[in-house]
Amino acid sequence: MSWDWEFAIKVFPEIFNVIWLVIGITFGAYAVALVFGLILTFARRSSFKPLSWTVYGFIEFIRSTPPLVQLFFVYFALPLIGISLNKYVAGILTLGIHYSTYVSEVYRSGIDSIEKGQWEAARALNFTKSQTWSKVILPQAIPPVIPMLGNYLIVLFKETPLLMAIGVVEFLQKAFLIGADHFKYLEPLTIVGLLFLLLSYPAALLINRLEKWSNQAYGKGSR
Amino acid sequence: MTKNPVQNQPLVKYEKVSKKFDDLEVLKGLDLDINQGERVALIGPSGSGKTTIIRMLMTLEEPTSGIIKVDGTPLWHKEVNGKLAPADENHLRKIRGDIGMVFQQFNLFPHMTILRNVTEAQVHVKGIPKDEAEKRAITMLEKVGLGEKVDAYPLQLSGGQQQRVAIARAVVMQPKIMLFDEVTSALDPELVGEVLEVIKEIAKESDMAMILVTHEMDFARDVADRIVFLHGGLIEEQGSPKEILENPQSSRLQSFLKRFLSTT
Repeated sequence: MSWDWEFAIKVFPEIFNVIWLVIGITFGAYAVALVFGLILTFARRSSFKPLSWTVYGFIEFIRSTPPLVQLFFVYFALPLIGISLNKYVAGILTLGIHYSTYVSEVYRSGIDSIEKGQWEAARALNFTKSQTWSKVILPQAIPPVIPMLGNYLIVLFKETPLLMAIGVVEFLQKAFLIGADHFKYLEPLTIVGLLFLLLSYPAALLINRLEKWSNQAYGKGSR
Repeated sequence: MTKNPVQNQPLVKYEKVSKKFDDLEVLKGLDLDINQGERVALIGPSGSGKTTIIRMLMTLEEPTSGIIKVDGTPLWHKEVNGKLAPADENHLRKIRGDIGMVFQQFNLFPHMTILRNVTEAQVHVKGIPKDEAEKRAITMLEKVGLGEKVDAYPLQLSGGQQQRVAIARAVVMQPKIMLFDEVTSALDPELVGEVLEVIKEIAKESDMAMILVTHEMDFARDVADRIVFLHGGLIEEQGSPKEILENPQSSRLQSFLKRFLSTT
């Protein structure tokens, strides 16, 4: 079996066309992870202990079970109790919630790095709790962890082939279907790898930039 | 001078206030009155509880027992059917609006320009329109000698400059009482003077009450109406600066001052 350029060029657009679906799923799941992760972070910090313990248990449970199992559970088991989701929604929610537990940890590390004096200054100026979060704490806690959050975007992107397990035709599934039609797997699978590289690598470079920028913001290092 | 609504009522009243951190009792039943417009300097060895006194008033630490009243209203308690119950955040917020504080470590918001540091709470806490708040902030920053630095970020300033911004940020909120927590302790010696000058200037111009925790005896003498010497969580001696610094009665105060003057 040798590399067939003609075949590769022919099937490339077919696989490439899936890019919008993959990007849509990635950003959809990422949005879920960012928002739900923040909710988990707040709930985890709640002074209402039953809530904070429940959330702690939830986070540990999600992190210690494989995403594939969670995906099957959401897509095949939840309908038995009356919750039926289409495969895209199931995929986006499962990946999003899975990564929200990691994202929440990233937020936590950002928040914990804020000095106690910042909370106290906000209190002394009589900011409300929500003003303290929105104006003082989060604007300082988030920028330094943007590179870490960005890394999770790339990791999440690379997890999208999981969704072929519930019938979503993303890059890998598409490549398999093409491969099965022509009994040629080398070219389509190589193209899939190439596409992942083409999308991940520039994203990683961008994140590096962000990291440099966040190290220099607000006059850091100018004195 | 603002007139006191109730005759002879102190602005702040500590009644048998104690504070324990785990097993360590830093205040042991403190009784202390601060009058409207009065400037009180708290001095004493470290661990004598002086910082805790003002941190409880700023609602940063909750007293273990006792009552702190501001303008006659309990700070950490709420009267419910004639009984005192623990205060909620709304109650604390209402009273906290009359109190301002400057910290040892400045605690400026590093992600905001100097101007925004001094504007933000005016707009969002007091509801002052943004352009008016900025005008007031700029006037205040000029008063502390930083009119040129409005667009800088805190980390671009020296410690002394940062502390002057922190003073402007607190004073612009027009509290009835300002708390100063060892505001020059984190500064290089050559920067201490400029910060103390600014505080003296503000003390001269305004009628705010002030509680100043300090190790600067000359500064205490210049600014304070009364000096309170704390030792082991209790007031050991208090009086006018002249009485305390020139004619100390207790042997503890005498040795504190002696040690102090010999180390500086």
